[in-house]
Amino acid sequence: MESTVLKIEDLSAYFSEERILKDVNLSILRKRVTAIMGPSGCGKTTLIRCINRMHELVPGAKVSGRVFLDGKDIYTMNPIIVRRKIGMVFQKPNPFPTMNIYDNVIAGYKLNGIKINRNEQDRIVEESLKKAALWDEVKDFLYRKGTFLSGGQQQRLCIARALAMQPEIILLDEPTSALDPKSTSHIEELISQLKKDVAIILVTHNIAQAARVSDFTAFLYLGELVEFGTSEKIFSVPEDKRTEEYLTGKFG
Amino acid sequence: MSIQSLSKAGRSELFFQGVLYLSACFLVVLVFAIFLSLLVHSIPSINEFGVGFLFGKIWDPVFGLFGALPFLVGTLLTSFLALLISIPFSLSISIFLGEYFTEGTFSSVLKSAIEILAGIPSIIYGFWGLFVLVPLIRSLQIKLGIMPYGVGIFTASLILFIMIIPYSASIGREVVQLVPSEFKEAAFSLGATRFEVIRKVILPYARSGILAGILLALGRALGETMAVTMVIGNVNVIPDSIFSPANTMASVIANEFAEAMENLHLSSLVQIGLLLFVVTMIVNIIGRHIVKKMSVES
Amino acid sequence: MQKDTVSWRILKDKIFKGFVILLSFVSILPLLFILFYIVKNGITSINWEFLTHLPKHIGEAGGGISNALVGTGILLIISCILAVPLGILAGIYLSEHRKGRLSYLTRLCVEVLQGIPSIVIGIIAYLWVVLSMGTFSALSGGVALGIMMLPVIVRTTEETLKLVPFELKEASLALGVPYHRTILKVILPAAMSGIVTGILLSVARVTGETAPLLFTAFGSPFMNFNIFKPISALPLLIFNYATSPYPEWHSIAWGASFVLVIFVLILNIITKLVTKRWKVQF
Ligand SMILES: Nc1ncnc2c1ncn2[C@@H]1O[C@H](COP(=O)(O)OP(=O)(O)OP(=O)(O)O)[C@@H](O)[C@H]1O
Ligand SMILES: [Mg+2]
Repeated sequence: MESTVLKIEDLSAYFSEERILKDVNLSILRKRVTAIMGPSGCGKTTLIRCINRMHELVPGAKVSGRVFLDGKDIYTMNPIIVRRKIGMVFQKPNPFPTMNIYDNVIAGYKLNGIKINRNEQDRIVEESLKKAALWDEVKDFLYRKGTFLSGGQQQRLCIARALAMQPEIILLDEPTSALDPKSTSHIEELISQLKKDVAIILVTHNIAQAARVSDFTAFLYLGELVEFGTSEKIFSVPEDKRTEEYLTGKFG
Repeated sequence: MSIQSLSKAGRSELFFQGVLYLSACFLVVLVFAIFLSLLVHSIPSINEFGVGFLFGKIWDPVFGLFGALPFLVGTLLTSFLALLISIPFSLSISIFLGEYFTEGTFSSVLKSAIEILAGIPSIIYGFWGLFVLVPLIRSLQIKLGIMPYGVGIFTASLILFIMIIPYSASIGREVVQLVPSEFKEAAFSLGATRFEVIRKVILPYARSGILAGILLALGRALGETMAVTMVIGNVNVIPDSIFSPANTMASVIANEFAEAMENLHLSSLVQIGLLLFVVTMIVNIIGRHIVKKMSVES
Repeated sequence: MQKDTVSWRILKDKIFKGFVILLSFVSILPLLFILFYIVKNGITSINWEFLTHLPKHIGEAGGGISNALVGTGILLIISCILAVPLGILAGIYLSEHRKGRLSYLTRLCVEVLQGIPSIVIGIIAYLWVVLSMGTFSALSGGVALGIMMLPVIVRTTEETLKLVPFELKEASLALGVPYHRTILKVILPAAMSGIVTGILLSVARVTGETAPLLFTAFGSPFMNFNIFKPISALPLLIFNYATSPYPEWHSIAWGASFVLVIFVLILNIITKLVTKRWKVQF
């Protein structure tokens, strides 16, 4: 049945002394899309950066609370391992500019010095690009620089790069906010495909997008988790007044 | 990935951070070590002459008498004369590139020419000066009825002037371009001509930056060695006119260091080096500080 | 009356502009003169023998500057070995630690180092290397040139690394790549053109340096590959021959100057090309 892959308990995050996240509790299910919504500056990015331990890279940033991946607290694990198991795609597409498309996809292995043979590499690249729905568009020029692709293609390349590491969870931070409508719908279709294999956490500003692709939705306000439930419920009968106000465009 | 290779990654990371840290430290240590070495090797001369070293008019290795005044005078005269000549030129280039022709063929020709000018080794300037400029000055001196040395303070200043133009001009251009266009447009809209805008708006605004450019050029002129050595005449006495042969601090080191046998002679030369180090350091730090402050402000 | 002042003001404006243009172009006349003389006097000396033979004694015709070419090459290799790794590492430190006391101090020292007159660097290499080895040597010359290269390399490395977008670093770290691999395999390659430019610039800067070699590398009329012995260098040879009383030597000095200037110019052109061609699109 539905099993929990990630469990967040009493998570608080700080920049210097400022408390950005306040005791967030959240469970993420396997093979589901969980959307995180909320007005600008409420801490969405911070939250997902706590999940793959990127938050602590900012000087002065602190985290308290616990995050369990498959029952194991990630804050007791090596951050390098955590980041390999939890992939991340950023708001702005960021393929490696010095690498070609092929190397970009396999970058997680190459950069980590993980040795795999050529056939295996070919297989991973093809599979990841297919999953990212990019294979057909780039299979004839895999050895060209990734930066020549369009914005939407670049973003899918970044998704393929994350998928190549066979993560259990993929974090997407407003992956379509820098893209045109056509590329956006591409990525949305892709997300629906991907959830067959991995859990997806999607940060988005776009209410319609969350309603279209997510199974669960969390609403974050000023660092607090105000409401969490199935998207169906959140978008039809929100319990909290703040959620309702946000969904009807009162703020944010 | 196994636990072993992970702890290896952790150790490599610590090692890497350590190496970076040490390289940064090394640069700091290097500069302090340079200063201390100069100081330590100057001690015999400092003990012997004290502050009098700066005011001693006689430099005579044969009698073991070392006074640096002739070189201080020589350095100051050549540098300031060169600066004085260069100011109208470097100002013109700054305005040319920063205001009149900020882009286009005209400005790129001038820009590349100045870059090449900055890239030509000083030994080439010296060589050219010795074979082209010196005879020219000599014939001029004959016409004027002065002692036709050819070499001397004035010749050295001319060479220096050519060499320092790129320095003050490139900084001058930068600061002229930093002047906010609102100010210029405001003045234009009041009916001011380009010339008036430059004089009343741009130059006052860019004043301290231009000064910084001049300071950095001065730092360069004070320490310039080869070009000066080849055309200044290398005479260890206080010059009595700008056409007399002389020596600068840098040129006396270049001339005598390799042959300095006596400990005191060597030490005196090192002390001149120490003086050069300190003076150029102060001039450079002030100059760069001004430039930084200007670019932060705008 | 009113009209008069206006036309006077416009006239002044025109005169001033003419003046600016005139002075600007007058300042590059010396450059043309210098290049003209170098080419005119130098090009006649250049031939295969000139580049591949040792200097001859006074009175004998011919002879070349091969010892100086080899010497300059060896000096540059030594100085690059000393300065390039150190300069890049320090540059990485500065771009990774934008604030902080050590960074501030290091930047200050780099500035000071850049401003130190080259003759003073010569003194230092003499005190540190020549005195302790008891002989003039290629090594001491290389140390002097290496110290002069450092600030340029550190600064250009820091500047170009700062231009690499932070997102790239995050992309790599988010793949679980350790910090040092991220820097070495993602950030450095992305900044490679700038770093190479810095190295080339610093090489161009020190190739013509004479003052720091006068009492370190010292010069030698022989072909020498031993870095613990005195060695010749192009600028040293130019200095010695130009200030000699023999016209034959003067023409060799012109030829050597021609070679030196061409080398420096070519380096500058390559620098431009590297900056343009290798530029990484972010
Ligand atoms: N590097 C930082 N240093 C200090 N404060 C920061 C830093 N980054 C973000 N913040 C603060 O943390 C809060 C949450 O930021 P976060 O980026 O998580 O918001 P967000 O919900 O992702 O917003 P958006 O929708 O605009 O992306 C904001 O108030 C922001 O000002
Ligand atoms: Mg965000």
